[in-house]
Amino acid sequence: MIETLTSVFENFWVSLAGKLLLVALMVPLIGMVLGFAEMKLSAKMQARVGPYFAGGRWGWAQLIADGIKFFQKEDIIPEEADAPVFKAAPILVLVGTVALFVVIPFGPGLIFNDLDVGIFYALAISSLSTVGVLMAGWSSANKYSLIGGLRAAGQLIAYELPLVLAVVGTVIMAGTMSMQGIVEAQIAAGYPYVILQFVGFGIFMIAALAELTRIPFDMPIAESELVMGYVTEYSGFRFLFFFLAEFANMFTMSAIAATLFLGGYWLPGVPEDVLEFAGPFILLGKVFLLAFAMIWFRWTFPRFREDQLQSLAWKWLVPLALVNIAVTAILKVVL
Amino acid sequence: MTFADWISEPVNWFFLAFGLVVLFCGFRVVTAKNVVHAALYLVGALAGTAALFLLLSAEFVAWVLVLVYIGAVIVLFLFGIMITRAPTGLDEGLDSEQKALPALLSAAVFVMMAWASIDAFGTELITSTGSPTATELLGQSLLGRFVIPFEIVGFILLAALVGGITVARRDLTPAEEEERSAV
Repeated sequence: MIETLTSVFENFWVSLAGKLLLVALMVPLIGMVLGFAEMKLSAKMQARVGPYFAGGRWGWAQLIADGIKFFQKEDIIPEEADAPVFKAAPILVLVGTVALFVVIPFGPGLIFNDLDVGIFYALAISSLSTVGVLMAGWSSANKYSLIGGLRAAGQLIAYELPLVLAVVGTVIMAGTMSMQGIVEAQIAAGYPYVILQFVGFGIFMIAALAELTRIPFDMPIAESELVMGYVTEYSGFRFLFFFLAEFANMFTMSAIAATLFLGGYWLPGVPEDVLEFAGPFILLGKVFLLAFAMIWFRWTFPRFREDQLQSLAWKWLVPLALVNIAVTAILKVVL
Repeated sequence: MTFADWISEPVNWFFLAFGLVVLFCGFRVVTAKNVVHAALYLVGALAGTAALFLLLSAEFVAWVLVLVYIGAVIVLFLFGIMITRAPTGLDEGLDSEQKALPALLSAAVFVMMAWASIDAFGTELITSTGSPTATELLGQSLLGRFVIPFEIVGFILLAALVGGITVARRDLTPAEEEERSAV
């Protein structure tokens, strides 16, 4: 029985379909778990109750109800809007996020595809979302959307650089760009890279927060200034796409940070054969820890001003990341 | 090799499909009546080109194309277009009167490239190994055998960057300087 199953899954098209189905199920599930966590944690931090009625206990079914509600809503496209671009934008944003799942290692051998250029692929494909955000901002034919889209583009260009540069230190230490290879290098070294790459980790997390346009970097959707920025005109399931992409992106960014700097699915002291089963849970634990920090920041820091955001990226993070690369490279050669 | 032979290989279906996408998008880049649409068609053309590189097992080059061109250059294009003027709808003023000369130039470039590749390879078939080029190999050849051209290109790019900033930069007049510092 198991043998027939294995042989069926060795067929390229069957395994491709299986992997696609798995990702298609994972994204909404993760979106719901993180979305619910954000609702409940935000409520806790503001001394509110939060979702309470849906589902009976703790309001656990709140986001399922929300999802059904979004699907029932009318798909409104503004009259002045550029319809094809307006319709394609949320799909592109979601694609840029979903494609990131391909290279996240959940355990030894448990990865959709261990690309040789793994982390580089992740950084490249996530830039598709930026194009989607610009498309959404422009095609809505709404001044708030346009300003939101412009702010998002300026921010994403500025923070893409420190994000890429922060990763380089880890790649130099591991000697590979494959995500699986980076985790294996950390296992071989016996310590997670955050111990030596703490500067890189800090820069990566700040840049990731900015890429996610989360507080304190949420100027593109600043409610008090821009209604909802580039998402203003979206409703129904197209809004749901942006919502899902936001939380799925929070997950993938945390997972990449956990893999590059915190040892991914590995914990010091856990034997190799246990990792086969415990790996995904260890990774999820680290991801939820980072996601919790992101939600926590949301209720801790005020929003930056646009010029402060730009000077933080160009005057602090980029030079710091370059120094980090130079020091790491020199130490790698000398030691 | 006949066309029937060529088309019977699945890899070539994808090559044909992506090639057609690139051609269509490239054509629409110059004919689109809306600047933003033209830029978005350019995204399609570049994505198709990246897919062609993937078919050639040049994984690193493909993702460089996505990261640098789609992720940075096109985003800057769109940013520039939107920050200046970005009406939705058609812009008839985009239809340039000068069509003959660019068409001639494009045809000349096409003939030159086609002639060069036919002259160099003719009907010789280069079979792909099927496995993607290891990034390690690429890095070693870039910093080993080709290190001098690599450094020279890097130096020229830096010079171009500094030159670009110098050309675009305008020194503030004393009055403007004062105004800037007052804020």
